[in-house]
Amino acid sequence: MNQPASAYFIEDRHDPNETHTLAVLVQNEPGVLARVIGLFSGRGYNIESLTVSETESQKHLSRITIVTTGTPMVIEQIKHQLDRMIPVYRVVDMTQTKRSIERELAMVKVRGEGEHRVEALRLADAFRARVIDATTESFVFEITGNTDKINQFIDLMRPLGLVEVSRTGVAAIGRGPEGM
Amino acid sequence: MSDKSHDPNQMTGAAMIVRALIDHGVKDIFGYPGGAVLPIYDEIFQQSEVQHILVRHEQGAGHAAEGYARSTGKPGVVLVTSGPGATNMVTPLTDALMDSIPLVCITGQVPTHLIGNDAFQECDTVGITRPCTKHNWLVRDVNDLAKVLHEAFYVATSGRPGPVLVDVPKDVQFATGTYHPPRKSDVHRSYAPRVKGDATQIRKAVALLAHAKRPVIYSGGGVINSGPEATKLLRELVEVTGFPITSTLMGLGAYPASGKNWLGMLGMHGTYEANMTMHDCDVMLCVGARFDDRITGRVDAFSPGSKKIHIDIDPSSINKNIRVDVPIIGDCGNVLGDILQVFKAEAKKPDIKAWWQQIAQWRARNSLFYKKSNDVILPQYAIQRLFELTRGKDTYITTEVGQHQMWAAQFFGFEEPHRWMTSGGLGTMGYGLPAALGVQVAHPDSLVIDIAGDASVQMTMQEMSTAVQYELPIKIFILNNQYMGMVRQWQQLLHGNRLSHSYSEALPDFVKLAEAYGGVGIQAHKPADLDGAIKEMISVKRPVLFDCRVAALENCFPMIPSGKAHNEMLLPEQANDEATATAFAGGKALV
Repeated sequence: MNQPASAYFIEDRHDPNETHTLAVLVQNEPGVLARVIGLFSGRGYNIESLTVSETESQKHLSRITIVTTGTPMVIEQIKHQLDRMIPVYRVVDMTQTKRSIERELAMVKVRGEGEHRVEALRLADAFRARVIDATTESFVFEITGNTDKINQFIDLMRPLGLVEVSRTGVAAIGRGPEGM
Repeated sequence: MSDKSHDPNQMTGAAMIVRALIDHGVKDIFGYPGGAVLPIYDEIFQQSEVQHILVRHEQGAGHAAEGYARSTGKPGVVLVTSGPGATNMVTPLTDALMDSIPLVCITGQVPTHLIGNDAFQECDTVGITRPCTKHNWLVRDVNDLAKVLHEAFYVATSGRPGPVLVDVPKDVQFATGTYHPPRKSDVHRSYAPRVKGDATQIRKAVALLAHAKRPVIYSGGGVINSGPEATKLLRELVEVTGFPITSTLMGLGAYPASGKNWLGMLGMHGTYEANMTMHDCDVMLCVGARFDDRITGRVDAFSPGSKKIHIDIDPSSINKNIRVDVPIIGDCGNVLGDILQVFKAEAKKPDIKAWWQQIAQWRARNSLFYKKSNDVILPQYAIQRLFELTRGKDTYITTEVGQHQMWAAQFFGFEEPHRWMTSGGLGTMGYGLPAALGVQVAHPDSLVIDIAGDASVQMTMQEMSTAVQYELPIKIFILNNQYMGMVRQWQQLLHGNRLSHSYSEALPDFVKLAEAYGGVGIQAHKPADLDGAIKEMISVKRPVLFDCRVAALENCFPMIPSGKAHNEMLLPEQANDEATATAFAGGKALV
């Protein structure tokens, strides 16, 4: 194993990356989101998507949903690193439970005339996207679904005059009667 | 006037801070005043329960508090002002985070209404220190202050210890509010470190230990942080099992260096026997250590044939670098107690005579060998003499970072925990002198020695002034080779002997420098003079700078070259140019 001159041991890691969705329950206090994001940037972890909002205002609890990628060892690290933060109550790996539902909302603006306009509307109907704004030359569609579905819809809109997209990022919840 | 004026718990924020320190049993704090902490300094002036040590630079306060904490097991406390006061604390906070040292740092902040306005001496203290503290708080309401201060002490000292910071704007220090003594509800409900190990895992661990043929115990700083009970239990476990034990840099002293099962330190500059034992073992018990990259060498070749048990209070330490077979999350002392109990009840001492014979062969390689000289002081020899001449005395050792630090770890034998203060994780040059100050404040009658290098010691030299002011008789034992020795060693090994900026052209005269500060300067040039000079240093009851002129080009061996495994160590007798070139093959050609 050749490596350049270094005071550190440089190694190639060959484990394949996995994508996981983590639900993190935190005390809603100043700086808590900065702590979570800082952990990811500081330790070189990836954030594919991040969604955060207060979910129980009386208890000051917020729920953060993070979609991240990494080797199985890195994913384990991320969970432990999150869990040991002082304002973090719980970390649940929604992907590992295999019993979770993931949804994302996107607003998609499309500009066009004639055939393109008709086609966009027809595809929107097929994807159960709603028209939430319209002018004579544009639509804004609202679409909800998992990430793949939204990606697919956006790809279809591209040749039809896609202008811009605003996405919420993924929210996830477990199936069945139990809470996290 | 309302009734509240007679309520003894009504007080200003500044008074609450001092009151909280007293309630947490704090006797000494380290700090430096400035505009944003003046109300707190005014309170300190008007009481006598908390002694304040005035340093010369905030970084010095931080390292002094670390030395205080490491040598006592109690939290170190720092008080500094906003802006530059806070930014100068970043290094010691990071250092304490890496080495799990409990620190409570209180910083002043500009008044609440000026935060975000780029006010004079304003900085985003909680933002800057978020990644280098275990937790931090900005207190915007004086009525939150007591709760936050109590929580700060709890977070710093519980679970895996670490530094915390409380940022207090000046208007909050002036405002009056209600104080309360520490209570359980002051702590986040989300924070509950696990202390007790899982019983099933403990049984699995004992089963592995009981059937081990080639076992090793690898202990770390976590044992020392856990407290005296953990040290006692570790020693008992070694006794009961008869297993060999090695330790990380941070863990030295938990098992006595004179103990018969002691292998010496492991890792990059550890002993051959320690690293070979780690490499060839069949069962490894890691207690309160974290498989750091200086310890493991090449990860994919790290102890390939062993089952690994890992005890750690921090779940994120487990499976971070090395995958283990039996993780046990809990406090080292608590888990060791449980393991011992089960072991004594259900297992008997395994027969590992053959293993010890193998270890004896590795020991016979004498990996700490160096060539003595009558003309020039070898740095290893200087530390051996320092060790011999301080034996039996109540001695505490701090170090800076570099070759001298490794030689100190190799040649100074520690018999007890809390006697060895060094910057392990962060590797902070300039740590040792202020750390020695902190140790001396905590142990005024003890012999406190900073084993230093000529480069490191200049980074925080200004704290000699603090030592003189408070009559703290610290001894700064400088192994002066006029190089940044460890930098030079790597340049020799890996960068074609091009010694880029690792030589100090213009060193101060350390003897005159000591005298300029009002301390004592001592110099030794020849091996024959060394003992007398060290004895003189010990007998002087004032701060000493000891300029020990050592062999300039000596390097630190044994060594695991980068990209190599534990069984590919470079031993001192092999460390000629040719062998070194081969060992570092794959790197740049050596000249």
